Amino acid sequence: MSDFFNHGWSVFVAAVTVVSLIACLWLLIVASRRVPMADDGSTGHVWDGDLKEMNNPLPRWWAVLFVVTVFAGGGYLAMYPGLGSHPGQLGWTSEREFQDEQAKAREAMAAQYAPFKGQPAEALAKDTTAMGIGERLFLNNCAACHGSDARGSKGFPDLTDRDWLYGGTPAIIEETIRKGRHGMMPPMAEAIGGGANVSNVANYVLSLSGSPHDWVKAMDGKEKFAACAACHGVGGKGNPALGAPNLTDKVWLHGWGEQAITQIVTQGKSSMMPAHESRLTDEQIHVLAAYVWGLSNGAAAGR
Amino acid sequence: MKVIPIVPAAEEEPRSIWLYEKQKKIHPRSVTGRFARWRWIMVWLTQLVFYGLPWLTWNDRPAVLFDLDARRFYIFELVLHPQDFIFLTALLIISAYGLFLFTAVAGRLWCGFTCPQTVYTEIFLWVERRFEGDRLARMRLDAAPWSWNKAWRKTGKQAAWLAIGLWTGISFVGYFTPIRELTGEIASFGLGPWESFWVLFYGFATYGNAGYLREQVCLYMCPYARFQSAMFDRDTMIVSYDPQRGEARGSRSRKADPKALGLGDCIDCSLCVQVCPTGIDIRDGLQYQCISCAACVDVCDGVMDKMQYPRGLIRFATQNGLVNRWSRAQVLRRVFRPRVLVYSGVLVLIAGAFVTSMLLRSPFKVDVVRDRGALARLVGDGQVENVYRLQVMNATERAQRYRVTVEGLDGAVISSADSLDVGSADARWLPVSVRVPFETATALGPGAHPLKFRIERQHDGADAAATVVEKSTFVVPR
Repeated sequence: MSDFFNHGWSVFVAAVTVVSLIACLWLLIVASRRVPMADDGSTGHVWDGDLKEMNNPLPRWWAVLFVVTVFAGGGYLAMYPGLGSHPGQLGWTSEREFQDEQAKAREAMAAQYAPFKGQPAEALAKDTTAMGIGERLFLNNCAACHGSDARGSKGFPDLTDRDWLYGGTPAIIEETIRKGRHGMMPPMAEAIGGGANVSNVANYVLSLSGSPHDWVKAMDGKEKFAACAACHGVGGKGNPALGAPNLTDKVWLHGWGEQAITQIVTQGKSSMMPAHESRLTDEQIHVLAAYVWGLSNGAAAGR
Repeated sequence: MKVIPIVPAAEEEPRSIWLYEKQKKIHPRSVTGRFARWRWIMVWLTQLVFYGLPWLTWNDRPAVLFDLDARRFYIFELVLHPQDFIFLTALLIISAYGLFLFTAVAGRLWCGFTCPQTVYTEIFLWVERRFEGDRLARMRLDAAPWSWNKAWRKTGKQAAWLAIGLWTGISFVGYFTPIRELTGEIASFGLGPWESFWVLFYGFATYGNAGYLREQVCLYMCPYARFQSAMFDRDTMIVSYDPQRGEARGSRSRKADPKALGLGDCIDCSLCVQVCPTGIDIRDGLQYQCISCAACVDVCDGVMDKMQYPRGLIRFATQNGLVNRWSRAQVLRRVFRPRVLVYSGVLVLIAGAFVTSMLLRSPFKVDVVRDRGALARLVGDGQVENVYRLQVMNATERAQRYRVTVEGLDGAVISSADSLDVGSADARWLPVSVRVPFETATALGPGAHPLKFRIERQHDGADAAATVVEKSTFVVPR
């Protein structure tokens, strides 16, 4: 509790608070008695010729309530933080209240997720309640990158197709959500000899998926592709263990065409999916993975 | 003008007075008559509605239910979402202008006849009379020492008061929790902490306000009472004593001719003071304590009838009317003065707008939210795709199916699911992808272009088709 520059300020603020409280009571007592001035019960003040200030006493319960509020204020300051940096007898802090609320929310949530525990993703994907929860979790946590329709965009994988960088079983998806992924491709221009070789390899890569390419260049790039094959495989089919993309399909995560491929080969690529294990509970990740699995396996209800 | 009697002070040392005084308990005398009957009619009307509404059912649910957890207000056929809060605002403005209007015309009618404080006080007073008798009996009972007679009367009154208060609390919470569930929970001692708190709080507030505080609420707490005087002018109908007719006061025999005795019509029987719920003497003129309940009018008319004098010594009259001795017609003509016309105009305007917007209210609502992560993406052979989220809120209590189409851009199509089902009074998000062909994208050029979503409710057996159009933008990347 160091919300002041030094202890002196804390003492000063506390003193002002206490003096104000006491002053309120003092004012009530001082203002409670008055010597009547005129015989008609007025104070003798007259405005506009006929407007007198009469003695209209306040009800006693009002005065009692006033005193009660003063003491309630004192009691509050004793129990809760508010008097300078005095932490209060109850030891309340906003942080602790937040943690209590979180714990309570988790408890309430656990009941919601209990029926899904241990159920395989195939079964959850048919459960409308689970998929409703999954959809909301996805929109709140994943849609920012992968899009509300989960079809991704440049640099962010499409989750609705059957093409998976790391594999598409529910267990792997769960691991991806939990731990995040770091997709790394080093700059390869040096390894394949640089210069024209980069363009040749790019054309060879295009040829793998039957995309439009310069077949002469592709022929030249074929042997240089050996350096790439270490990760992408000899046939360019990719390697889920490394997260190396399949180069033989029409899915182009980082852009399509010779220019885009040249850029990646030259500069490399480092893509990041953040880990969510600290943000989501295990039960949430389980349901969310089932939802994501259902996106590409068409079993999710209502889609 | 109220004169507070003060003990004459000694010459040398003036005695100071204590400025916070104990409440003097007021024992209003019971009253019958035109206005008392009106008040009882209002008591029955308002309380039948208040205690009765929670028990009515509609579409297999309470007819009126403010479901705070689900953030839905059900009022008969209406289902209000948080987005409909503007209607509550309109309702409050209508209530305010309604209050302004009839306060300007006829003073504090609200206070005297329909205010819950007045209404519950009336009910509690009725109970008090059943147990303790009328004014004089009550005063004697209060002054008497404790006895069996006093004890059972006081206990009975308290028990009845507490029962009414508790039932009021239960009815109040019954607007937020279905009342049949609530009474079931109470019967089985399974009431939640919040519900218990509000039942007891509202119940105790009713008991305290109507049983004990009574006129104190009007004098010291009520904000309306403070600003209603600002709407008075000299043409406002207020409960007034006619001093020109009444003075000089004095008792006389019923056969005597008051003019010969030099007396006015007021026989100084003080009944008007005895019936006053705020304990004032209306013959002192208009005072801020007067809540315009007209009890003094009723009781004075009765006295005038007995004396065979004309009624209306105390009556609803305007200050101008009294001073200038105007006829009824002349007073009524002054009702149509600028202040009243402006209040009426604004009231009619807002009420009209309220009713119109209620009738034109769409049976569902749509919000369009653009995806923020990626503004646009290229798909297939140069087509541009944008992603949106549509939230569709169904304001009916039947499941509905909606279809989404897009318009405003050449060749724009929806490339994702374009229909969704939304359950009763529910809201759902639907991700929607809009795709534009290469030619359109190049013709438009990079930037944001307007487009419209048209959401149609599919026609089914129960509900007619309905349409909502929402604007958004479509982004073409560089």
